[in-house]
Amino acid sequence: MDVILFLIFAIIAVVCAINVVVQTHPISSAISLVGVMGSLAILYLTLGAEFLAAAQVIVYAGAVMVLFVFVIMLLNAGAETKKGQSSMALFLGGPLLVALLILLVWFVQSRYSETVHFGGFRGGSAQDVGRALFTTYLLPFEVTSILILIAILGAIVLARKEMD
Amino acid sequence: MHPIGTVHYLALSTALLLIGTVGVLTRRNIVIILMSIELILNAVNINLIVFSHALHSVSGQVFAIFVITDAVAEAAVGLGILIALFRNKETVLADEIDLLKW
Repeated sequence: MDVILFLIFAIIAVVCAINVVVQTHPISSAISLVGVMGSLAILYLTLGAEFLAAAQVIVYAGAVMVLFVFVIMLLNAGAETKKGQSSMALFLGGPLLVALLILLVWFVQSRYSETVHFGGFRGGSAQDVGRALFTTYLLPFEVTSILILIAILGAIVLARKEMD
Repeated sequence: MHPIGTVHYLALSTALLLIGTVGVLTRRNIVIILMSIELILNAVNINLIVFSHALHSVSGQVFAIFVITDAVAEAAVGLGILIALFRNKETVLADEIDLLKW
């Protein structure tokens, strides 16, 4: 059960992520990104993070993607053409990437060998997360609210029309 | 069947991080660059949540919430900058915005 769930949604996530980068039209990329967010939400559920799975769907697949699609429509951005492809980068980058991945696998494999069981960790409910958020992490939480306020002000100031 | 471990989730996270990095580096459309940044931040979230599972602590999930908040703030400000830029330059391609190039 764990294996099947993980494989299905991990493969969906990776394929959609590749699609985000490969598609030439921004709207196709945005739809693929929704697929990534949705399958990641399912994977969060298998890890026992129920609250975060809900937040992922509501915040990312809902709010952020609507914002992206809205801006794409507003700017009427069309498909982009390729230009300036470098074969030198492919020759140098490919082997370096493989070397980095081998190093990473060797490093991680020797340290983390726990298995993940569905329902093995029950600490991700809204109650548990909320308690941690409002006791241990109260100061970061409040600072984050200031950050959001600044971001709202910044977005309004940047996007409004200049008044004469 | 071989059980799924923490390592598999880390591998998924690495894959998303690499794909996002490739997107940031190779695409010209600024909207798609911002989407690739969202991919990278999601890879970070997978890491935080799988370690929260492995260490039986809820702290990782709290940090994932902070990362989600930052990602949303970043998207809002980024798209605001993009709209302001489009009003002046009539383009969304990153390589055509070269006002500061000497």
